[in-house]
Amino acid sequence: MSWAGLLDDLVFDYTLRTVALGTAIIGVISGVLGCYALLRRQSLLGDAISHAALPGVVIAFMITRSRASIVLMLGALVSGVLATLLILAVVRNTRLKEDSALGIALSVFFGLGLMLLTVTQRMSDARQAGLDRFLFGQAATLVVADVITMAVIAGLAIGLVLLFWKEFKLVSFDPDFATSMGFPARGLDVGLTTLLVVAIVIGLQAVGVILMSALVVAPAAGARQWTNRLGTMTILAGLFGGFSGVAGALISNTRSGLSTGPVIALVVSLITLASMLVAPNRGLIWNWVRRLRQRQQFRSETVLVDLLALSQQHDSLSYGHSVDAIHAMNRGRRGEVRTLHGLRERRLVTGTGDGMWSLTEAGEAEAQRILQENDGAQAALTRSQIEVAP
Amino acid sequence: MSPQTEIVLIAAVVAAACALPGVFLVLWRMAMMSDAISHTVLLGIVAGYLLVSDLDSPFLLVGAAAMGILTVTLVEIVTRTRLVKEDAAIGIVFPGLFGLAVLLISVYAGDVHLDEHVVFQGDLVFAPFDRVVIVGLDLPRTLVTMLVILFLNLLLISLLYKELKLATFDPGLAAALGFSPILIHYLLMTMVSVTAVGAFDAVGSILVVALMVVPSATAYLVTDRLSRMIGLSVAVGVIGAVGGFWLARWLDTTVGGSMVATIGLLFGLAFLAAPERGIVAIARRRLRQRWEFAQTMLAIHLLHHEGTPEAAVENRVDHLWEDLRWKPDFAEQVVRHAEQRGIVRRTAGMLSLTGEGREMAEEALINS
Repeated sequence: MSWAGLLDDLVFDYTLRTVALGTAIIGVISGVLGCYALLRRQSLLGDAISHAALPGVVIAFMITRSRASIVLMLGALVSGVLATLLILAVVRNTRLKEDSALGIALSVFFGLGLMLLTVTQRMSDARQAGLDRFLFGQAATLVVADVITMAVIAGLAIGLVLLFWKEFKLVSFDPDFATSMGFPARGLDVGLTTLLVVAIVIGLQAVGVILMSALVVAPAAGARQWTNRLGTMTILAGLFGGFSGVAGALISNTRSGLSTGPVIALVVSLITLASMLVAPNRGLIWNWVRRLRQRQQFRSETVLVDLLALSQQHDSLSYGHSVDAIHAMNRGRRGEVRTLHGLRERRLVTGTGDGMWSLTEAGEAEAQRILQENDGAQAALTRSQIEVAP
Repeated sequence: MSPQTEIVLIAAVVAAACALPGVFLVLWRMAMMSDAISHTVLLGIVAGYLLVSDLDSPFLLVGAAAMGILTVTLVEIVTRTRLVKEDAAIGIVFPGLFGLAVLLISVYAGDVHLDEHVVFQGDLVFAPFDRVVIVGLDLPRTLVTMLVILFLNLLLISLLYKELKLATFDPGLAAALGFSPILIHYLLMTMVSVTAVGAFDAVGSILVVALMVVPSATAYLVTDRLSRMIGLSVAVGVIGAVGGFWLARWLDTTVGGSMVATIGLLFGLAFLAAPERGIVAIARRRLRQRWEFAQTMLAIHLLHHEGTPEAAVENRVDHLWEDLRWKPDFAEQVVRHAEQRGIVRRTAGMLSLTGEGREMAEEALINS
């Protein structure tokens, strides 16, 4: 199917449109709140919360006998918050560290959820069918009512983030300072975490437990590479998440048997990977190029300064020096010839025939400038004069 | 053996096998790595299956274990770029690999009994149906696999006990003495991967996390000795397995989930009531310290004014509010406790130190 065909489907295919809209909302909200989780080093909290939501879903169903999204989401919210409190209590009161606390909350809540889920299943109540979509996520089952519920909740959550923008920013970067400024840091912390739970809960039924944690961590981690500003990062993370949601829905629509959740997870992982590679300033490729350039520049500067030292030995700027002489002053380093050719192109050195080299006037000025700028190079020159002097 | 007995036995062996590497995961603060590994092994199994097209091939186990190691390595590589923190690295790597596994299954292996459901709910109930005959004994395959894994884990830990202990509590010294902590780290991760693959079949991957982390965390709250922690953690796992089996029978539900619920209950018990480290013990200690401190303050206050002209004013119960900001009720209680301990005498509202009380105050002043 062509991309134009996909676009047609997105506009005219009712089911696909609903699903794509739903997953886009999920992607945006989890991307936005994932930023705070990432900054506060709570990335895996998302994983724990999404697993811990299961018993809440089942209990909400057992009590109300209803399968309405909003009821189940409420149940998920309650147990997600309870799990978060348990994690906090364990970290604060025992010598167990965060990782163990997360593992305990995640697995015990989930085990409990499985136990209860099986109990309801064996009670052969036909209405429970479909509860397990909270486990694996079935975006295809999203209906317009679900999407509206999700949109309203997500809208409220983003509204709260905007309303408390300054406060949330402050507690994320410097909670102690926030406290000393008189902000209720503890309350804001709880508020942010609750919003994260909300974001996860909205997405669970569409993308499932495990892949939900990908949507919390990956867009934010990807966005982080492009910017140092929280505002830009949040917008980017929202875009990454939303894009993955739509792309996941579209791609999974091209083939039967492709579930939406895993496709979304893959798309978002690829975006993050690409960001880590190519983002300016922080990206790996960028770093690599920068290091290469620095090394090249260092080599050029050393050769220029060495030539200056040699010319001072001979009291003549145009006296030619062999590559061997330059190499001898640069023990352990290689590539002088290539560096010299590069410098000749910049008209800083000239060949004096027979493979001998000397500085040009411009080269001498450049070498002097380098020396003045760089105390370390000055020291090296002194050392080389001592060494070269008979 | 009846199938029921076999299920209990398998559950106990799985729990014991998981608890062994779990101890070190908890001590090394890598508990969440079990979560990552137990999910990504699915990719190893799928990749293995796509290569050999046989679900029973031991090759799948090898592929899965290799994938576990690969996961750990990838997380380390991502962390080392310093672009994200370690927790985010785990959160990026494993959902991606897991998503890939699920997709591969749905695209290439849709007709095989292998899907993401096993990740959540391996079911012990079916374990007794899949049997092998070994040295004339007709046993469930899972039981045999897990017994072998349990034995390997035991062997490895007892052979490398000293090295593991050193690498756990003083990695710097271990490295200085020539035991490579990195090698031990990867050995441990291999152990976690192999155990996760074996157990995954029986209880599902999230429950593998539970069986690795929760018993060890429980044991960590109770003891300070590594050897005891290992023993206790195995014991908690086994008790949880057996208890979980009966709970599951009673509620007519899954054995895996009930095992975890039982173990969670044991953790809750330790969290509340562990000697020295439980919530109750901590609260009691704080309370005791509060009274102890108040009495010491009282004794010092009395000593300070003893024999001075102000003593008649200062050393009265109703005057403690002025100096120590004690509410009358609290002051009264402190004085009553101090009287019982024999450090203070009260005569008509006037307080004076006994010899013992004077000693206590002087000692407190010297120590402070």
